[in-house]
Parts: sequence; C-alpha cells; structure tokens
Amino acid sequence: MSRLQVVSGKGGTGKTTVAAALALALATEGKRTLLVEVEGRQGIAQLFETEALPYEERKIAVAPGGGEVYALAIDPELALLDYLQMFYKMGGAGRALKKLGAIDFATTIAPGLRDVLLTGKACEAVRRKDKAGRFVYDYVVMDAPPTGRITRFLNVNDEVAGLARIGPIHNQAQAVMRVLKSSETAVHLVTLLEEMPVQETADGIAELRSARLPVGRIIVNMVRPEVLDAADLELVRSVPRVAVAKSLSSAGLGGARRGGNAERLVDPLLTQADEYAERYALEHEQRAVLAELGLPVHELPLLAEGMDLAGLYELAGELREQGLT
Amino acid sequence: MSRPEPAKAQDALRHHAPHLSPARVLDLDPLLDDPKTRIVVCCGSGGVGKTTTAAALGLRAAERGRKVVVLTIDPARRLAQSMGIDSLDNTPRRVKGVEGDGELHAMMLDMKRTFDEIVEAHADRERAAAILGNPFYQSLSAGFAGTQEYMAMEKLGQLRARDEWDLIVVDTPPSRSALDFLDAPKRLGSFLDGKLIRVLLAPAKVGGRAGMKFLNVGMSMMTGALGKLLGGQLLKDVQTFVAAMDSMFGGFRTRADATYKLLQAPGTAFLVVAAPERDALREAAYFVERLAAEDMPLAGLVLNRVHGSGADRLSAERALAAAENLEEPRIVDQEGGKAGLRNSPDTYDSSESAASEAPAPEASAPQAPAPDAGSPAATDPERTAAADGPKSVTPHVERSVDQLTAGLLRLHAERMRLLSREQRTRDRFTALHPEVAVAEVAALPGDVHDLAGLRDIGDRLAAHRPELPDRAADA
Repeated sequence: MSRLQVVSGKGGTGKTTVAAALALALATEGKRTLLVEVEGRQGIAQLFETEALPYEERKIAVAPGGGEVYALAIDPELALLDYLQMFYKMGGAGRALKKLGAIDFATTIAPGLRDVLLTGKACEAVRRKDKAGRFVYDYVVMDAPPTGRITRFLNVNDEVAGLARIGPIHNQAQAVMRVLKSSETAVHLVTLLEEMPVQETADGIAELRSARLPVGRIIVNMVRPEVLDAADLELVRSVPRVAVAKSLSSAGLGGARRGGNAERLVDPLLTQADEYAERYALEHEQRAVLAELGLPVHELPLLAEGMDLAGLYELAGELREQGLT
Repeated sequence: MSRPEPAKAQDALRHHAPHLSPARVLDLDPLLDDPKTRIVVCCGSGGVGKTTTAAALGLRAAERGRKVVVLTIDPARRLAQSMGIDSLDNTPRRVKGVEGDGELHAMMLDMKRTFDEIVEAHADRERAAAILGNPFYQSLSAGFAGTQEYMAMEKLGQLRARDEWDLIVVDTPPSRSALDFLDAPKRLGSFLDGKLIRVLLAPAKVGGRAGMKFLNVGMSMMTGALGKLLGGQLLKDVQTFVAAMDSMFGGFRTRADATYKLLQAPGTAFLVVAAPERDALREAAYFVERLAAEDMPLAGLVLNRVHGSGADRLSAERALAAAENLEEPRIVDQEGGKAGLRNSPDTYDSSESAASEAPAPEASAPQAPAPDAGSPAATDPERTAAADGPKSVTPHVERSVDQLTAGLLRLHAERMRLLSREQRTRDRFTALHPEVAVAEVAALPGDVHDLAGLRDIGDRLAAHRPELPDRAADA
C-alpha cells in the first residue's frame, strides 16, 4: 500500500470528498493519516464542518477504531518561508525577500515554483519520522489539482530539476521526484459515469503513464442507485398507459380514468423513466469504457441527502469494504 | 447541526407556503441581442458546464444574427467536435452549420503560441530569438500556473482590438482560485513595479544615486541569496530573461491594464456559471462578491442542470408509500425473507423474469379489470398456489405492471428528493444574493455531441420558465 495517495479528477467529480473519505478509511485501526489540500479552496474544512484550516497540521477527525486524521492546507507562501528556514536557516532573508516581492513572485509567477513547494511539502510529510525513527504519518492523502493539470503538477520537479541544473533547488526537486515516481506513491482518478469526465480520466491516465507516474485506481463517484433494471426499461417502452394508470390507482393515488389524478401522473412518470433509460444506457457505455483502462475500478454511491459528515464516514466505510485500504 | 432538514419538511413547505424568495429571472436573449454587449465572460468552478455554456451562448447569439467569436480555454474534445471542429487552435475558425445571418467562430487558447506571438511582435528579431531560446522562458510559456490567465487576458484584448466581431464570448481557465484571471494584470503590475525586478536586473544596472547605496548593498545580498537558492545558472537564466524582456514589460503592463478596464466597461457582461450543488454555489457566491469588489459588471447567474418534474405534486413520501403498497404482495411471496423492497428481477422466479423479458405479448393482452386498492394482495395467494395454472396469466401481467409502476414511483421519489435538495441549495444562494438574476437551465439526460445539442442548451438557457417544481406547484 503506497504511503502517498494522490487523488485527482475532473472538476465537479467530488475529488475532495473522495480524498477525505480515503484519509478516514486509511486511518482506521489506530493509523494516523494526513490529508493535504493544495489549492487553497478550504474544501476540507467545509467537508469536516470546521473553521478554515491554517497552515498547520491539525487533527480534524477520529476514525473508527481509534485512528486519527490530520489535515493541512498548504499555503505556498508560508511553505516557501518554512522551507528557506528549514533548509537554509534563511528566516531573516525570507522576510527581506518577502518585502521585495520575491516571495510573491516565487509563489505566483515563477514557473512551477509554487507546484514544487506544494509537492515538496507533501513529500516531506511522507518522509518525516519521529524520534523513535517511525513515520509520523502512516499515510498522506493529497487532494490534488484536477486531471487536466495533475501530470504537469506532479512532474514539475522533473522540469525544475532540468531548469536548475545545480544547487539546492535541483537537489530538492530530485528528492521529491524520487518519491513521486516510486511505488510509495499512487495517483487515483475520480470520475462520474458521464462522457466528459470518463474521457478526461482516460486521457489523464495516458498522460500519467507516459510521465511514468504511478497510476492507482479509478473511483467512480456519485453512482446513482439502479431503480429500474433492463427488464423494467424494456417494459416501459411497451406498457399501455391505461395499465399504469390502473396500477397507480390501485396504490391509492386517485382515479385511473382520463383526467383522474392517477391518470395524470402516467405521462410525467413515463417521461422520467425515458430520461432514466437514456442515462442508464449512457452509464453502461461509460462503465465499459472504464473497464478497458486496465485499472481497478471502484464505485461510491450518490448520497441521497447530499454530502455531510455522516456521509463521509459512510463513504469511508464503503472504501474499506471495497478493499482500498 | 448542518445536516439538511428532512425532505418531509421541505415538501410541506413547498406545498403549503409560497416560494420564499423567487430569484430575479435573468433574460439572456436581450443581453445577447443588444449591440452594446461586446464581451460576455463565463466564469465558475470546474465541472459546472462553463465551456458548454459559453459555446451554447455563442451559437445562440450567432443564430440571432450577431457575428460571434467564442474563446475557449480548455474544451473537452467532444465539445470542439460538437462545433464541427476537430481540434481548435489559436486562430478563430468559422463554425459551419450555423443557421441565420450571423456567424460563429471558435478558437482555443494556445498559451505558448500566444506568448511567442507577443514576443515576436514586440521585440526585434535578435532579441526575440534570445528570449524564445531562454530555458526559463520556455518553462514559463509552456503553461505553469498563472500563465494561462495572463494569456487569456492578452488574447481577449487582441480579439477586441481587431474589432472583427460584434460579440466575444469568453470561457475562463479552470483556475485553482476562480478569479485568478482578474488578478493577473495586478500581479504582473506589482511584480514589474516591485524591487525584485531591479534586483534581478542588478548586475546590469548597479550604481546610481548615493541615496540608493544602502539599497544596493541589500540588493547584492539578495542576489547572493537568490543565487544560493536557485543555483547560479538558473539565476543567470532568469536574469537574462528579465533583461531581454525589460523593454517589453511596459507593453505587457499597458495591455493588461487596458484589458482589465475593458472588463469593467459597460459593454462587458459577466455570467457566473454554477450547478445546483453546495460547492458550486458556494464558489458562485464567492465570484459574485469578487466581481462586485472589482467593479465588474455582473449580468447574472446561470444555473445549469436544474431538474424538474411534471408530477411534482406527488411528494417523495407519497410516492414511496404507494410503491410499497404495490410491492407488498411480493414481500409475502418471498419466503426466504430477502430484502423486501428491492425490485431487481433476481428476486423473482424464472417464469416471472421470462415474462418481463418478453413484454410485447403482455402489452397487447387485454387489460385486467380495474383493481381496487387491495386487489393485488387478494390475487396473490392464488398466484403462489397455482403458479403454472392458466389463471395465473392475468396476475402475472398485473404483477409486472405493478412492479414497473412501483419502480416508476421510486424513481419519482428519488427525483423529488433531488429537486428539494437542489432547491435548498439554490434558496441559500438567493437569500445571500437576492440582487443576482438567475437563469435556470433544465438538465439534459445525455451529453452534447453536435450543434443541435448546443442549440438545445441555448433554448434552455433562454427559456424564461423552465419546469420548476415551485412554480408549477404554485400555478
């Protein structure tokens, strides 16, 4: 089991949710995980219903069986100052650089430095050990940038190592790359059973593979329950409206005659069934596409009440049951 | 505490109280038709259908007679194909198949190409070659965080300056924080005004007034620190790059400022795009606030993928109760006591599933007499007693229809729950921002593949009254 779990996916697929559920699932039975946010959106805080996370590792949840989930929202600017202090004892110079606008430059404009800092901080947490020589975190889960940018994001250190061919940045970039390209890392992609996210997942996997980054699993999120099956849908196409009206009426929903309450329900209900049928066919196609990609595929259910803390634990349980941990 | 209220309360609310705060309706056609509207910017978080919305608006405006260009940032391949263009590139291409007198052109931002063009246009040949060959430049232009935003702004400015189009529809980059493209000019400005650039240029421009002496000492210390950090060779690359770009920076700055002002001008309309989900609407609220803070003209919110139901008077609870009613006999059927309320075919005996696989004869079969509420249960013992007897044919048909009807009702219950959840999130937004006009776009069951699909979305965008539960219920 890789110690750095990177979770990416197209925007809107719920990758933050999946990352959080995975961190919870991995923390079960006394383990300690760190959930890392890199995009400054405070999605983790929202999900765990706590106030905005500072740039500090903070315990945010207790997992079943006594494990702990810590969270960290990485702020590139603070990470850079941190880094200058940690590696070069340049705390004072850091402040001076900040005054000059160099920190702002480094974290927003300079090519890739921002991404170097973010991945660097995550890798530092993966490698960190306590005094007894044990890893401080059993697992680090990263809520990473979306699929379209993930390869470039993770590969940035390669690029930077090429750009800065000597010096501490070069060495740091190479050290980070060693973690990211090893079996210590697994990159998971979250998708929905819709055409565009599935296409993006397929493209993302190809990109990750060509950059030799370790691809983990595909996680299909928000899978809707199968309410009608293939046989039902077959019947929808041929069933006489009158029969449905009568059935509705027999269930206590009003008169089956023309204009009766039950009768007036028939058309809208059949329309909804047609829409469902269209989606059902589409979902089947997309499942087949995903199956072709040659990776383990997991499915998480759509939670009827929307996403909340209880739902997060439910998804974590689901991930454990499906053997992701 | 922030757990959503039970759906029951919501349903009660919908049926017995008028809708809390009906949002102002955003009327898109007048906006698209108005010759004074020259730029429409679609912004929003990832995955809400921003690019599709931009394309659909562009097509609609074109078919209503305007000459439109759509600038997309990173369209899904399929969307490009839906406009009949296999691969969009950095020059606007005319889209074929547009009806009416207008024209639709589409392009996709190529960051590196745009950046290269700027360098080529603003530097003499020798200097341009030096910049294009600089390793630092090559990384910068190939699309690290931030570059996309600058280049989108730059391209927008270029398109507007050419004045070839009545209307430019812009899709915005899928940024980590949504409005990065608005910050781009400012950031560039503060960088160019800052001391850092002088530090980077220090080897070339050391010296000067006596009063600057202290600063210069500080600067050489800084250069030393930067060199230590970056490695001497990278610092040299950066310095060479900055020196070569020095004369061009002013131009960058002027253009970025001009584009920023263009965005604030009356001819621009911002549309915030969202889906009726908590996270997307939270981001949308953030956009609305930021745009107001920056004096950017917001036209309204486009809420994509809103669900409706033609049977919204039937609540989720009643639909479920009725479904259980229809399924009750099956619970009696299942001696093993398997999950009682599922309707998957594997809980049936083989003759039953054979019947549902061949529905055509059943459908043409004469209808059973109208059963009253208790009849399915009443016929049930008969069916189990003589499953293969001739009499069982009619109950079989009834049972399949009942089973299907129960499924239809469950599907409806699911839809109603979705509706009330969507409405809750939307109401939360409307309560916070009652001033924002909203255009709701009814959800499509499938994906968009062609112009017809985009046209359909355009129709949905412009429809004043999509089928919405509250409104239909009030009627």
